[in-house]
Amino acid sequence: MASLVLAEHNNASLNEATAKTVTAALQVSGPVHVLVAGSNCAAAAAQAGKLSGVERVLVADDARYANLLPEATAELIMSLASPYDAILAPATANGKNILPRVAARLDVPQISEIISVQSPDVFRRPIYAGNAIETVEAKGFKKVITVRIAAFTASPAGGDARIETVAGATDPQLSRFVDENLSRSERPDLTAAKIVISGGRGLQAKENFALIERIADRLGAAVGASRAAVDAGFVPNDRQVGQTGKVVAPELYIAVGISGAIQHLAGMKDSKVIVAINKDEGAAIFSVADYGLVADLFEALPEFEKALEQR
Amino acid sequence: MKVLVPVKRVIDFNVAVRVKADRSGVDLANVKMSINPFDEIAVEEAVRLKETGKASEIVAVSIGPQGAQETIRTALAMGADRGILVKHEGALEPLAVAKILKAVAMEEQPGLVIMGKQAIDDDCNQVGQMLAALLNWPQGTFAAKVELESERVSVTREVDGGLQTVSLKLPAVVTTDLRLNQPRYASLPNIMKARKKPIAEKNIADYGVDATPRLKLVEVREPEKRRSGTRVASASELVARLRERGVI
Repeated sequence: MASLVLAEHNNASLNEATAKTVTAALQVSGPVHVLVAGSNCAAAAAQAGKLSGVERVLVADDARYANLLPEATAELIMSLASPYDAILAPATANGKNILPRVAARLDVPQISEIISVQSPDVFRRPIYAGNAIETVEAKGFKKVITVRIAAFTASPAGGDARIETVAGATDPQLSRFVDENLSRSERPDLTAAKIVISGGRGLQAKENFALIERIADRLGAAVGASRAAVDAGFVPNDRQVGQTGKVVAPELYIAVGISGAIQHLAGMKDSKVIVAINKDEGAAIFSVADYGLVADLFEALPEFEKALEQR
Repeated sequence: MKVLVPVKRVIDFNVAVRVKADRSGVDLANVKMSINPFDEIAVEEAVRLKETGKASEIVAVSIGPQGAQETIRTALAMGADRGILVKHEGALEPLAVAKILKAVAMEEQPGLVIMGKQAIDDDCNQVGQMLAALLNWPQGTFAAKVELESERVSVTREVDGGLQTVSLKLPAVVTTDLRLNQPRYASLPNIMKARKKPIAEKNIADYGVDATPRLKLVEVREPEKRRSGTRVASASELVARLRERGVI
């Protein structure tokens, strides 16, 4: 038997979330096949074929999959599902949107956002915003799983998979794409970045995020924010790190002017090294920080930037 | 148009959850319970649709123990018209919930279902999508903006990296994200009025759904605690430490 992984990509390139999901899939049931559904997605499919552990890449290249609308994409996965004993997707906006639709159609439960594969039938996943971890066993039916990408390492390059075209499935014509408004950034993607620097309410104003951005550019880091900073309108919604935003686990997470609400901790506490800069000595963020600096961020950030310049 | 709003009773978001010593689950005894915050946003959106004349009736449905009646009352106090309580003790998997909601939707024939994108207890983020699939309806998940037209609904969704707008054929399922709206506080007169609004009581058996769990819960444990580290005296010391550690 085998696993089918739904690829996350933008047609031109494969998102690292796919390589991480392949790692999880190999632990559940190999060999692994990757489905690249998109429009003019040959480049992304070729990259998927080079991932170690991938035996086959199925390409559904059709305008109807350009935006991975869940109604049409679930139909496509259903048309391919029968030989697989596990279907996985990264827990990205697409994966979370599409996969439960597939699970319901297959009449099986979905196991959401697994953080580890204990055995091919047993999985761990966070509940209550990561304040508890549940272990569940799924036996006797096809497994439908979304994978928390921060919890798995990417399958390395080194594969040489067969790339084959699959026919599209009927589009149920229930929905259509209107437009999208994606923030363009030269900085790395929040969930894939090795370093993330986030600002909170302590930044006090939108303009002050420039202090954070300058350091981000020097470190090659992504810029995140707490819910309070997003709610205050300092940065757009998609920058939010936390239970209701992005869950990240970079090598280094720097929290600036963030108090450390449970909501926020749930989105970053699995980072390898955590730094907190806050003027409130009692801030909860210090309880998870490897390095804490009690200081006024408006003094500390310029000093931090200057120290980075000197080597 | 009738709007159906499923609401779940969960541990209040301000309460620190405790894992039971025998690792069988999270302790629910004597803990403050509230309406799932994302469902509260769904109720608010439905009420706004009614206030602007786009919705005619709002039906709040909850599946859970007798206490879930309180959750329905919260929705009624915010402006829902009537409630349905499908009684059940113990945990239910999202697929079973979706099947029960499908049966309710077949009976009620709403033009729109609005519900939270996920419950803050099991964090599954599945029921809306599953319900849409079982009904063969379109879905607009993680909604930041909902605009109802005569035959369609336009939903602006929070996706990775920004916003996406889709147009869905009605009837449809919409799931709410955090910033769709700011739910109102129910006024005292409305809380009093809600006590008189009808709540129909049902059982899962009335809908002919097999709600037996399919996954086996092995255990629930506390996450590994992070130890707090060291304090540094200055930003330059911080940079030096991070260089030592090899992370920058």
